[in-house]
Amino acid sequence: MAEPLIEVEGLSRYFDISKPWLNRVLEREGKSWLTAVSDVSFTINRGETFALVGESGSGKSTIAKMIVGLLEPSAGEIRFDGRPMTGTSGATMRSLRRRFQMIFQDPFASLNPRWHVGDIIAEPMRTFGMARGGETRREVGRLLDLVGLSAADAGRFPHEFSGGQRQRIAIARALSSRPEFIVCDEPTSALDVSVQAQILNLMRDLQDEFDLTYLFISHDLSVVRHMANRIGVLYLGRLAEVADGKRLFTEPRHPYSRMLLDAVPDLEMSGRRRKRVEGEIPNPIDPPSGCTFHPRCPLANDRCKREEPRPMDSGTGGAVACFAVEEGRG
Amino acid sequence: MAEPLLSVRDLVVEFPTRRGTLRALDRVSFDIAEGEVLGMVGESGAGKSITGAAIIGLIEPPGRIAGGEIRLRGERVDNLRPEAMRRIRGRRIGMVFQDPLTSLNPLYTVAEQITETIRTHLSVSEKEARERAIALLDQVGIPAARRRIDDYPHHFSGGMRQRVVIALALAAEPELVIADEPTTALDVSVQAQIIDVMKEICASRGAAVMLITHDMGVIAETADRVAVLYAGRLAEIGPVRDVVQAAEHPYTSGLMGSIPTLTQTADRLTQIPGAMPRLNAIPTGCAFNPRCPKVFDRCRTERPEPQPRPGGRQVACHLYSAEAAAGATHG
Repeated sequence: MAEPLIEVEGLSRYFDISKPWLNRVLEREGKSWLTAVSDVSFTINRGETFALVGESGSGKSTIAKMIVGLLEPSAGEIRFDGRPMTGTSGATMRSLRRRFQMIFQDPFASLNPRWHVGDIIAEPMRTFGMARGGETRREVGRLLDLVGLSAADAGRFPHEFSGGQRQRIAIARALSSRPEFIVCDEPTSALDVSVQAQILNLMRDLQDEFDLTYLFISHDLSVVRHMANRIGVLYLGRLAEVADGKRLFTEPRHPYSRMLLDAVPDLEMSGRRRKRVEGEIPNPIDPPSGCTFHPRCPLANDRCKREEPRPMDSGTGGAVACFAVEEGRG
Repeated sequence: MAEPLLSVRDLVVEFPTRRGTLRALDRVSFDIAEGEVLGMVGESGAGKSITGAAIIGLIEPPGRIAGGEIRLRGERVDNLRPEAMRRIRGRRIGMVFQDPLTSLNPLYTVAEQITETIRTHLSVSEKEARERAIALLDQVGIPAARRRIDDYPHHFSGGMRQRVVIALALAAEPELVIADEPTTALDVSVQAQIIDVMKEICASRGAAVMLITHDMGVIAETADRVAVLYAGRLAEIGPVRDVVQAAEHPYTSGLMGSIPTLTQTADRLTQIPGAMPRLNAIPTGCAFNPRCPKVFDRCRTERPEPQPRPGGRQVACHLYSAEAAAGATHG
């Protein structure tokens, strides 16, 4: 039986994008808010890879930051191994913190250029008091080996490495506190495909070896298909569909999922005629009423313009937030 | 055979540095036929963008074309004086870059920018130019073009801006459009739209396209032929279907295997060990030899030249030159 490690319930995040107070008074405007994430719920089971896909502005990275505690949620709850992470602080939070790590998109920005690679990798161990002195050095060497670099690389600086090697360093750093859960925010989008393949294979090997749980964030559906057991599709901060990994690609339910899949360039050259993609993502400051996807949706009707659909059990272990699917119109 | 629209022969681009001269492009040759879409793929640093820049005469000094020639309809364009090149750029060769914000001037309206381009290159009245600009915007799918033409670039979304850039590239009715990563900054759903627009509008105007991208999927959907670059050299060139589905160069097949697709079933991606060499450390012989699964002695000493293969393909690999040599002695 799958055991949930991360439970996210009703998670929302708003950003205050109001003009300064004086402008608001003079121009007689109220506060304005941007809803980056709205009422998102999902569960990640131990040992699985849960992926979030979506286009820019869909809220993927905001969710990732809230889960690792880099951003406070505006509403909702995140539970790690049954314990709430929101509102927790001090020693409890510290002991939880050790158990999750993050890998960022840009390995040129995420590694301190003035630190030796060895110190970068040892930092989590030192912070959590997990190793000292010679033990740290040995452990750093072991981690470097594990990610396909060599122990001698500990004395070098990040700029001496290529993008793919830096991402390996970032992975070694993430592993150094022996976490159970790693949030990977577009870990390969800055890399070339042949290097991407190396990093994706490495991440899968490490997952098997250490029984890791991943939250994998990407805009690339092919990469997500390769990595994920289950996938959540985000649109404008809301979950459109959650589905079993392979099923999303064979039977996408939500019209937005179908549109996304249709938009992926066809490398097999099967001559598949794709439907034309309609429109662009609306401005999140002023999202459409009802279902936010309705202006681009081929199945939209009046109800979609008025009411906001809730995620409904799709009967196949997933959930779909769409009236058309619910009413059997799609 | 008809004369190609663009013909590049043994093109060499070098960048002198304090620690020696770097060869960013090393004897690259290819043709683009009239109305054809040639895809140019490779990983970062392979020389894709440099090839584009060399053709339009925009190599940043101290970089320079150190050898070879580029001909546009038989006429050499690589050694033209700046003002002569300026007349070709925009008029006969249009350009689309990755980031639409850098190719549009934020201080001028879209109308001003497109009509300026039209009037610089074609002798038409202000009014006529404006009408043409509106027609172009309409054709690239800008809704309510007549109203939106007086907007500034920041009024448009990323996808719409890239449409404006495409309209701008085509404004003077060029014979060739060089598109350097035109969809890389865009979301997938918008990327699909932009690819469609580019394909349609170039086909309808008979413009050939050199499409530079790292995305094989985009090439597979768009190009007629594809050229694969590795470390500044041409590895393989041929009809897109042949190269994508049955790559002959070990680098191309490794590259294809490393791309996750929507239908593959393999648990692991094929990976090419190592990374592309830096320009100051290109191995002797075949540039790919340290990473190649099929490497043999000759690869380490002698650089393979592109060999013609059946179906109009060319492959620069000793696996095939050995075969070609054997064929020659028996034939």
